[in-house]
Amino acid sequence: MELIFERSVKGRKGLRLPKCDVPSAKDIPARYKRKGIADLPEVSELDVVRHFTRLSRMNFSIDTHFYPLGSCTMKYNPKFMEDIAKLPGFSQLHPLLPQLLLGGMLTQGALEVLYNLERLLAELTGMHEVTTEPMAGAHGELTGMMLVAAYHRDRGNQKRYIIIPDSSHGTNPASATIAGYQTISIPTDKNGVMDFNQYKNKLNSEVAAVMLTCPNTVGIFNSQIRQICSLAHQNDALVYYDGANLNAILGKVRPGDIGFDIVHLNLHKTFATPHGGGGPGSGPVGVRKDLARFLPVPKVVKRSDGTYALEENWPESIGRIASFYGNFDVLLKAYAYILLLGKDGLIEASEKAVLNANYIMAGLKKYYHLPYDRICMHECVFSAAKQLEKGVHALDIAKALIDKGFHPPTIYFPLIVKEALMIEPTETESKDTLDRFIEAMKEIAELSQTNPQAVKDTPLTTPVSRPDETKAGRELNLRWNP
Amino acid sequence: MNIPEKLLYTSEHEWVRMEGQKATVGITAYAQEQLGDITFVELPEVGKSVKQFDGICSIESVKAASDVYAPLSGKVVELNKKLESSPQLINSSPYQEGWIVKLEISDPNEKDKLMNSIGYRAFLNRPEK
Repeated sequence: MELIFERSVKGRKGLRLPKCDVPSAKDIPARYKRKGIADLPEVSELDVVRHFTRLSRMNFSIDTHFYPLGSCTMKYNPKFMEDIAKLPGFSQLHPLLPQLLLGGMLTQGALEVLYNLERLLAELTGMHEVTTEPMAGAHGELTGMMLVAAYHRDRGNQKRYIIIPDSSHGTNPASATIAGYQTISIPTDKNGVMDFNQYKNKLNSEVAAVMLTCPNTVGIFNSQIRQICSLAHQNDALVYYDGANLNAILGKVRPGDIGFDIVHLNLHKTFATPHGGGGPGSGPVGVRKDLARFLPVPKVVKRSDGTYALEENWPESIGRIASFYGNFDVLLKAYAYILLLGKDGLIEASEKAVLNANYIMAGLKKYYHLPYDRICMHECVFSAAKQLEKGVHALDIAKALIDKGFHPPTIYFPLIVKEALMIEPTETESKDTLDRFIEAMKEIAELSQTNPQAVKDTPLTTPVSRPDETKAGRELNLRWNP
Repeated sequence: MNIPEKLLYTSEHEWVRMEGQKATVGITAYAQEQLGDITFVELPEVGKSVKQFDGICSIESVKAASDVYAPLSGKVVELNKKLESSPQLINSSPYQEGWIVKLEISDPNEKDKLMNSIGYRAFLNRPEK
């Protein structure tokens, strides 16, 4: 594959700059000046257009292909949300404006969006108050853990541990550790949920919180969730809801009603804003009433005259956790999505996400080992154990799917499933697409039996067949040199 | 599966070779096979104290990042520095050249919580839960 640098021809120009008619900057200290020339590619505008158009056509995206990346929720991002975000009143707003004297009155629309979104998210999760500041899910987790610490500090509690099931996303223990806690991992039982007895045994007065993803990463809703929450509360431990999989139960169950104390949401998953390479994430955090005073500043408030303002003066707040007020354009898109779908639409989205995942699970369980054979929520997790007997790994199945025109599912996660294939179809796919996917997976399973090498040779249709991941991992080199 | 007789094993797939109070620690052939090609080993500091079954360092492979747990309590006294430039030694020679750390152990009685090679083989062959 040719790089833009390799298209460079000495002296070729994309545009002609007018002659500089002001003195060139003389006051830049020498130490800030580069030693050599920048070595930028010398190309014409048409070279650039052709190069990037060509690259874009090689791209696999949700706009071109089915993208069942489990746990990532690569659902379609409706285009009307982009139209809303492009409205000049929003897109040309400067984020410093509400901090200037009287500037708040020039940003009432944006502040109202933040305020209303916080109210909607609080309603949807059963929480009392929400902050929209965290920039992504893991940032929300860290904010949540800082709120846990603020709560215990305020009560004079000495707590050291966070309990996390072994099926969790890796970000959970990472967030807890960054917040200064030690983690206790609880294994998964044969039904695919956190082992209740082990949880009971490990829970003690030094546990600050329990972090749970519900439904969990094998796509199963834990029916003991209420007991888990009440046991934690008996030990004055908080229960944290990792909202990574909220899209399975949105509109059906509210984490706050079950007994969760802190919730984060991934707007880029549950509320269909772009993610992956397509846009930044957003991870708002909701809390129960008595924790609201610890939320980050600034808070968006509605004054008695109906206007909106930012408030900084919350002495018990954990402080600022992000620049400005979070990823505003993402928040705006999520707000638009919620208003467009409304209550019934959001419920229907959850129902279809679950139905689609169960449809795929039922269609494929004859061909792939299903470690937890029970009704799933929004995603299902298979193992390539049967195919492995012929030497075909989950990775090979993923590569073979590319040749069949599908983005591979998540593989090797969750870690508790050997050779995991984690499939999340999302609610936006039609039955035809699901049927074509099931058929492709069936063919790959069959080929794994009859001609395993053919599966291991895939993909054959891509510009690069199999990148040398080991070499890339061992000799990380991100810079192109001539 | 290669499971040398004279070593002790954990359920997290570490092995230990005892020489007096010194314990050499690595991961088993089974563990390296499950991880796939190892791309990076984050070694601990010499002098670090660890409790039995606490994380001691981490290993990254093309598939995942995993913790290595201390089979016994003690102090890190030596590191296999070769792993910094050649992490693949864990793949090619898990029990010899691919050792990870040496510990000076503080409680020999903790060995009772480890498996011998027969126990570890049975553990690997246990029926799927």
